[in-house]
Amino acid sequence: MFLPLLVLRNAFRHKLRTTLTIVGIVVAIVAFGVLRTIVDAWYAGVEASSSARLVTRNAVSLTFALPLTYAQKMRQVPGVTAVAWANWFGGVYIKESNFFPQFAISGASYLDLYPEFVLSPEERRSFLADRAGAIAGRKLADKYGWKVGDQIPLRGTIYPGTWTFNLRGIFDGAEASTDTSAFYFQFDYLNETIKRQFPRRADYAGVFIEQLRDPEEAAAVSQAIDATFRNSLAETLTETEKAFQLGFVSMSEAIIGAIQAVSFVVIVIIMAVMANTMAMTARERYGEYATFKALGFGGGFVAALIFAESLGIALIGAALGIALTFPVAQGFANAVGALLSGFHVSRETVLLQLGAAVVIGIIAALVPAWRAARIRIVEGLRTIG
Amino acid sequence: MAIPFSYVARNMLARRLTTVLTAGGMALVVYVFATVMMLAAGLEKTLVSTGQDDNVVVIRRGSQTEVQSGIDRGQAGIVDSLPDIDVSPDGQRLVSRESVVLINLPKRKTGKPANVVIRGVTPAGLALRPQVHLVEGRMFRPGSAEVVAGRAIADGFQGAGLGETVRFASRDWTIVGVFDAGRSGFDSEIWGDGEQLLQAFRRVGYSSMLFKLTDADRFDAVKATLESDPRLTVEAKRERRFYADQSQALATFLTYLGTGISIIFSIGAIIGAMITMYASVASRVGEIGTLRALGFSRFEILVAFLAEALLLGLTGGLLGLAGAAAMQAMSISTTNFQTFAEIAFSFTLTPRIVVTSLLFALIMGFVGGFLPAFRAARLRIVDALRAA
Repeated sequence: MFLPLLVLRNAFRHKLRTTLTIVGIVVAIVAFGVLRTIVDAWYAGVEASSSARLVTRNAVSLTFALPLTYAQKMRQVPGVTAVAWANWFGGVYIKESNFFPQFAISGASYLDLYPEFVLSPEERRSFLADRAGAIAGRKLADKYGWKVGDQIPLRGTIYPGTWTFNLRGIFDGAEASTDTSAFYFQFDYLNETIKRQFPRRADYAGVFIEQLRDPEEAAAVSQAIDATFRNSLAETLTETEKAFQLGFVSMSEAIIGAIQAVSFVVIVIIMAVMANTMAMTARERYGEYATFKALGFGGGFVAALIFAESLGIALIGAALGIALTFPVAQGFANAVGALLSGFHVSRETVLLQLGAAVVIGIIAALVPAWRAARIRIVEGLRTIG
Repeated sequence: MAIPFSYVARNMLARRLTTVLTAGGMALVVYVFATVMMLAAGLEKTLVSTGQDDNVVVIRRGSQTEVQSGIDRGQAGIVDSLPDIDVSPDGQRLVSRESVVLINLPKRKTGKPANVVIRGVTPAGLALRPQVHLVEGRMFRPGSAEVVAGRAIADGFQGAGLGETVRFASRDWTIVGVFDAGRSGFDSEIWGDGEQLLQAFRRVGYSSMLFKLTDADRFDAVKATLESDPRLTVEAKRERRFYADQSQALATFLTYLGTGISIIFSIGAIIGAMITMYASVASRVGEIGTLRALGFSRFEILVAFLAEALLLGLTGGLLGLAGAAAMQAMSISTTNFQTFAEIAFSFTLTPRIVVTSLLFALIMGFVGGFLPAFRAARLRIVDALRAA
């Protein structure tokens, strides 16, 4: 009982210094947590992907489409149980900064492939029955205050003109990782309109999504699909949904890497601050440590005292910091809007924050503890402040 | 008489570990601050040098980027016949019909694919971009399956080096030359013969048009002519503006990220400085009393301690800047999500960044040092001397 109290009293002997250090640790832990959460958000699409789905795109790049007739041939590939397709629409809602993903989807076949989009049977029916119908994720609908029945105008950037959709349903995610910040409408509506205006661009799909009978067959089936279309005008590239999503992440690799590096730099900075605090604290108390030794306590005991104090301060900071991470991350998510989907603080992040605090506490105490443990009683008693 | 500067400087040396830790923390903050600013500056420099002031880009109205845009031959012919298009010394009209597509190429280092711009250009298109020079090999021959690659692409992507081949549009294309576009956005592109690429990708229309004005001031009139013509569904932008708009999101993102991170980091560093300076004051109460007894005023004490904090900040700032300056050798290549294409830019240290970073370091020192210095100045001589 006596020892923890001694450590606590010691820690708060210099109230101002300890408070400042704790504030520093809180700031660092919060920054670390938020930065990690930003990086996690990049991987949200990867997390949400299913191993039972393949994605096929044009081998040249995503900006080239594939003929719609490919769907028939894909259904014939052994191992494929269902095929759906989608087009990136890239429209502007009122102003350019209101960015959210919009896809023209192949109606029921697409919804069947994505059971994680939870839509009530009535909403599903009315969406499929309305050619100009659309559905939006809960997060997106909340952001713009949309209600079922609203008309949503989008200004096309790839497909010219202003397109107006009737919102027929708002879907929720079956899991926390499900992205509910996207907007889906009927492919047929896009295709029929394009057919009238630009006949050459009609009957093309951006990506095909195939349902696998068995996820184990992913590699064989993707090879079979690509072999079907080899040496055609539009060669395909088929990969698992996860690999497809990872492709997007790797495009921003440089930036993600930088954010990750910075999240560790903040820990190093606070390590320097904390180490400074502990170095000063220990320097002031050499006399006391010498006294402990004179009383018969060993060097290990003195070192343990310093470690306990350092860890204690770091953990108090970490606890406050972790508690603060959640509201700060929420505030950040609200500020950037739907740009980053799936913005939530993961358990790994919290554990990493805790781990970082422990490392800060230990490293900061290393040099002072080593010095204090080796101090000679006579010298220690001689030092003043 | 002010307290000698050597007293201030030597105090820092008296406690090396603390000084190193505090200045080191500040150095890291300044390093991060400076590198992010250097990235933003590098991106800006790349974009400014991509565009010429008297060049005009024409794209389909509302399409934002060249890849999304489309201009058919009929409309291209109308734009071609504009009277305001400049003529080169050899009598060529300086207008280029361009086709721009994105292809997926694997990076050399990681093998991961990224989107690269393939631009089909005309001889006029080359004349319109005087910053582009061939550095290796030769120009592609019109009508052949030959292309030339920008330096960043040749260095960074598999199959894009001189003499290698890239496969797209069911055909192998030989890289016959590498060009340097003076660190502009064109460094991240592959160029080929416009008509040839159009055929290969089975397109009937162009993506965009680029022309040079006879008089840069005529831009507004030309823009109005083009955008009010009922036969055209296009918009015109100055080339420089066009490229700046395209990377606005990336530039804004970098600036926000950099500012946000720097502010958070600086809180940590200021706290570090504050702790150090408080300790510095606390351990020297006796000295302060002596100095006061010798006749130095409260203000001089304040100045001396502030000077110490500023010196600490300056040391950190210089260390951080030195680290950041070393980053200039590196360049970064990432996807611009507005154009969905790869863009390479380098860390660029400008005089403004040097000044801002040092100022930032000094401010951190000042803020961290002010309260402790104020406490030192307020000490009463008697108390201070008794404490020693």
